[in-house]
Amino acid sequence: MMNTGDILETIAMIEEEHLDIRTITMGISLLDCCDSDIKRSCEKIYDKITRKSENLVSTGEQIEKEYGIPIINKRISVTPIAMISACSGGNPVEYAKALEKAAQTVGVNFIGGYSALVQKGFAAGDEALIRSIPEALATTEHICSSVNIGSTKAGINMDAVSFMGQIVVEAAKATADKGCIGPAKLVVFCNAPEDNPFMAGAFHGAGEPDCVINVGVSGPGVVSNALKKIPDGNLTDVADVVKKTAFKITRVGQLVAREASRRLNVPFGIVDLSLAPTPAVGDSVAHILEEMGLAQCGCHGTTAALALLNDAVKKGGIMASSHVGGLSGAFIPVTEDAGMIDAARSGALNIERLEAMTAVCSVGLDMINIPGDTPAEVISAIIADEAAIGMINSKTTAVRVIPAIGKAVGDELDFGGLLGGGPVMDISMISPAKFISRGGRIPAPVQSLKN
Amino acid sequence: MRAVITVVGKDTVGILAKVSNFCADNDVNVVDVSQTILQDMFCMIMLVDTEKMGIPFTDFSDKLKEYGESNSLKIHVMHEDIFNSMHRI
Repeated sequence: MMNTGDILETIAMIEEEHLDIRTITMGISLLDCCDSDIKRSCEKIYDKITRKSENLVSTGEQIEKEYGIPIINKRISVTPIAMISACSGGNPVEYAKALEKAAQTVGVNFIGGYSALVQKGFAAGDEALIRSIPEALATTEHICSSVNIGSTKAGINMDAVSFMGQIVVEAAKATADKGCIGPAKLVVFCNAPEDNPFMAGAFHGAGEPDCVINVGVSGPGVVSNALKKIPDGNLTDVADVVKKTAFKITRVGQLVAREASRRLNVPFGIVDLSLAPTPAVGDSVAHILEEMGLAQCGCHGTTAALALLNDAVKKGGIMASSHVGGLSGAFIPVTEDAGMIDAARSGALNIERLEAMTAVCSVGLDMINIPGDTPAEVISAIIADEAAIGMINSKTTAVRVIPAIGKAVGDELDFGGLLGGGPVMDISMISPAKFISRGGRIPAPVQSLKN
Repeated sequence: MRAVITVVGKDTVGILAKVSNFCADNDVNVVDVSQTILQDMFCMIMLVDTEKMGIPFTDFSDKLKEYGESNSLKIHVMHEDIFNSMHRI
């Protein structure tokens, strides 16, 4: 018989501490759907997605029931649409509509992959796709978009950085009547992973198999509660507790990934061992940092605490899964994290601190509301700064900022659901226009020359 | 497959009997039972074999949950693998 304490611990993690599987994401390659006729291409995409993911949602629900672990999202990621659009030409929004229709048919929460990879320059299809992002996000509900503008190997494509500043503003304007939801579904990456199951940045990379199952775990509440049990432990003890907890969380992710893969007869890709917060009370990454001893997230010491957390999560999770990938680490999306929202409201957390945190967390400046009148070049400069941190440190960084149209610093912007909501944060408006307008490429750093 | 049934709540007469009767009615074999009182709360853990179960697993689990809710008990039915994978290497 199993240990009673172990059984009750697992149930408490799920019932009280919000342990869940954040997402089962099916990656589907659309490379065999390319056609010179865009209509035909869209039909093939719809057929392939609905065929491959026909049982994704029902299988997810079945596993949820049998194992008693909530699986919050069932999602799909596809080959970057710019690659498909390059073959057919035409208006890429047609693809967004085909994807939307497929998402509604199979009942998934999101489809990611309205994407382009332009770290070194624009290929056929890339520019048209990027230009169409605001319209695509405004006319669909389930589509997520991402653009990779830099990498450690390629450097930073500053023409794309400049372009993306404008696209973020346009995406906000195009959805101003829907609470500026557009840019909340758009991520600008440096070093984007090709197997990420988390939205809005998921896409199915060109090196991936035809179809694959990736799973993203969650569980900030579990870590936070485990730390409550050692109020006086030193930081070595803290790291140990985080590791052990991350191990347990990831083992559940691995189990669900293996089961989903077996039942759907689709190969298992990776488990993304991330701590993904939600706006629910008790499910916050900021609260873990505060449990470590910070009076409020954002104070001096926050970056060090986050570095410890991020590293310990990886160390604990890595042995629990046969294949680890995606973003894997602690997320710090401001509007999706109750502790971060409070810290941003009180002024304890500012964008400079968040930028420092992105050097040690798993992603970047995520879900940050900025003033609606922020010039495009300022957003481009934010993207360039983040990309530089990612490029130099050989890590993924990303920017998902939301210009809150018609709102100023201190006003609130809410999205609802997992995307949450929060205050518009203050950012520097001193102009970087000349620097951004220079264009060109920031050369790949010396760290890229590893051969 | 084998599942773990956990019952947590206020101790009353006949909880064990009712849950095991329900198992028997559905051809679910009870492999092991342990029960304790934790801080005045009744806590029972049953390991059951659902191989010959006559109804779908989800119905079995839903019905037990319903019974629990109508008797102020929290009842969970979960595949044993979730506990094994989390607590055993």
